[in-house]
Amino acid sequence: MPLLELHNLKKYYATQKAVDDISFSIEKGNICGLLGPNGAGKTTLLRMITGIFFPDEGKIMFDGREFDPMNDIVNIGYMPEERGLYKKMKIGEQALYLARLKGLSKTDAMARIKEWFIKFEMQSWWNKKVEDLSKGMSQKLQFVTTVLHEPKLIILDEPFSGLDPVNANMIKDEIYQMAKKGATIIFSTHRMEQVEEICDHIILVNKGKKILDGTVANVKQDFKENLYKVSFARKILPEHLAIHLFEVKKKTDTELIIRRDPGYSNNDILQYFINKGLAVDSFNEILPSLNDIFIKLVEGTPSTRQFQTVTA
Amino acid sequence: MNKIGLVIQREYLTRVKKKSFLITTILVPLIIIGFYAAIIAISVSDSSDTSKIAVLDEADLLNGKIDKSKGDNTDYTFINNETEESFKTKYKKEGYNYFLYIPKIDINRPAGINLHSESSVNITTKSKVEKAINTVVERKRMEAANIKPEQYKAINADVSIDNPLDSGKNSVTGVATIVAFACGILIYMILMIYGTMVMRGVMEEKISRIAEVIVSSVKPFQLMLGKIIGIGLVGITQFGIWIILIAGLQFLLPLIFPSMAHHATEIAQAAPQADTANGLMKALNGISSLPIGLIIFCFLFYFVGGYLMYASLFAAIGSVISEDQQEAQQLVFPVMMPIIFAFVIMTKAVTNPSSGLAIFGSIFPLTSPIVMMARICFDVPAWQLIVSMSLLVLTFIFFVWLTAKIYRTGILLYGKKVTWKEMIKWLWRRS
Repeated sequence: MPLLELHNLKKYYATQKAVDDISFSIEKGNICGLLGPNGAGKTTLLRMITGIFFPDEGKIMFDGREFDPMNDIVNIGYMPEERGLYKKMKIGEQALYLARLKGLSKTDAMARIKEWFIKFEMQSWWNKKVEDLSKGMSQKLQFVTTVLHEPKLIILDEPFSGLDPVNANMIKDEIYQMAKKGATIIFSTHRMEQVEEICDHIILVNKGKKILDGTVANVKQDFKENLYKVSFARKILPEHLAIHLFEVKKKTDTELIIRRDPGYSNNDILQYFINKGLAVDSFNEILPSLNDIFIKLVEGTPSTRQFQTVTA
Repeated sequence: MNKIGLVIQREYLTRVKKKSFLITTILVPLIIIGFYAAIIAISVSDSSDTSKIAVLDEADLLNGKIDKSKGDNTDYTFINNETEESFKTKYKKEGYNYFLYIPKIDINRPAGINLHSESSVNITTKSKVEKAINTVVERKRMEAANIKPEQYKAINADVSIDNPLDSGKNSVTGVATIVAFACGILIYMILMIYGTMVMRGVMEEKISRIAEVIVSSVKPFQLMLGKIIGIGLVGITQFGIWIILIAGLQFLLPLIFPSMAHHATEIAQAAPQADTANGLMKALNGISSLPIGLIIFCFLFYFVGGYLMYASLFAAIGSVISEDQQEAQQLVFPVMMPIIFAFVIMTKAVTNPSSGLAIFGSIFPLTSPIVMMARICFDVPAWQLIVSMSLLVLTFIFFVWLTAKIYRTGILLYGKKVTWKEMIKWLWRRS
């Protein structure tokens, strides 16, 4: 059963269509990556899902019922991209305040904060002020305050920015744990290698419209270009290469990257090399990275250039 | 617990628990009292100041003695066998501060009386000497005209005019002016201090980027209202502490400065004999005849109404400011303007409480909290009070509703300069 369903959601501003007729649904317990270039409408979309904005048109279903911001807000944990904390407030008090705003009782909130602080080795922070924390440390605190009330839906906008690999892994593990326990997670980022690693499901938006929706494996299958890497035991000679069956994209002494011509199967190619007397060491399909797919889909959008291109 | 309640609690506690709050709250009355004490201390010590004056009375005007008033410690010494020219150079050496020279004069045209000194004589000493000489000259003239002092006293007129009100109430002009002015200034200060505190609080939330986290838990309207009420309570706490401290210190003051207490009783004893006794009694009467209950009620009403109205405006301004301080000043100015304008009307209204301007100012909601407080001691017609209060309530409800729309958009907008035009657009847009 889907936890969240969006039906024809629209939000228009005076100068642009921030969200223009977007529909999708996310299954319970899924980790869903929401991708898109800057200005694609992700933040507006997330603000509608968190009840900060009301959609101009369309409907949001939350946990099987129509989304009611007043009551469902306690079932959502949102860590926005523009995040912050009260600089002058003590860390413990701050966590307590944010937890109680989400409807937890004082004793309940206290117990959970202590638990999380121990888990993240933050016990000694209680009486420190936020202004004394480093960026990474306040990021951890922010994460704790987002998930403290055990929401059904957790929305994380760039949760790893500013974190070192150790702390990033710590949070990543928590994300997996929470998904396993049944929480649904929407994960918005520009870092494609993280999406590939973490997400079950991705949704790509651009210029206010959804342009891609599916599981990571399916999307890769959909965008594969029939590229294969073949390596051989000995040097390849020009007479080994056929004109039909495949097209050579790249060639080194013992390795080929080929594109299979339509109408042929992998076995045809293998058969061909065997007939030529070449010993095949390995034969692998090259699937496109999400980064490649992303760039291909949003190419031409001016803001594409501002992205971090990730070399995995 | 209600979410607004949580927000109020946080806004209140984080401010009240701050060191700077404690310092300003305790220091301000100490400074005021200290200032007050210093003034009294100076005036007390001034009257005990003994200056020695040498008097060369060639006209024999004073007959070798001077009538000193109570508390006057000036030491007069009459000298002979000197001239103005000869003694002028010597009086300092002989230990006198001043040298009073009275030449042989015509009683009807006294001229040439000099009070010699190294540097300028202070005004109290000069007036004391002048008074002494004038008294003697008056007496001599009366003798010459064959008028007895009793007759003169009977002739001398000192009329004070009463202002009976036809509505049957007592006139309260003197005290009322002071109370009115104080009330007006107090409301003015409250609007300015706590209004800008609200603005800074909103800016802090926006600049530290926590606004979006919070509004994913509470509605922007709840956050804004919680902040305004929380800071309002801080204001009430602070004023409460100030009033208690000032009142307390005023009782303590005589214990700290016993000489001052002595001085005060002296004045009190002297008062009944003085001509001012009548005026003083009237003033005391005035306080009791002021509509104290009404003043307190109106103060609370206009404090709450005016504060809510202006604080919501300040909150809206705070929400649209990005980091730029310059920008803040530009945007704040239109909000400050009516407050300052109200203050100006108030100073006029105190002296002329039933002028057209004062009536307008006390009914127009943007200025009424300050101006009406200044008029309230002067018997305001009931209909004006009712209209003014109703308008204030309607306006603050309207403003809270209006500014909430700007606020909810403003706090989530980063790094962009907002124009007035855009803000007006937000007002018409649906949430």
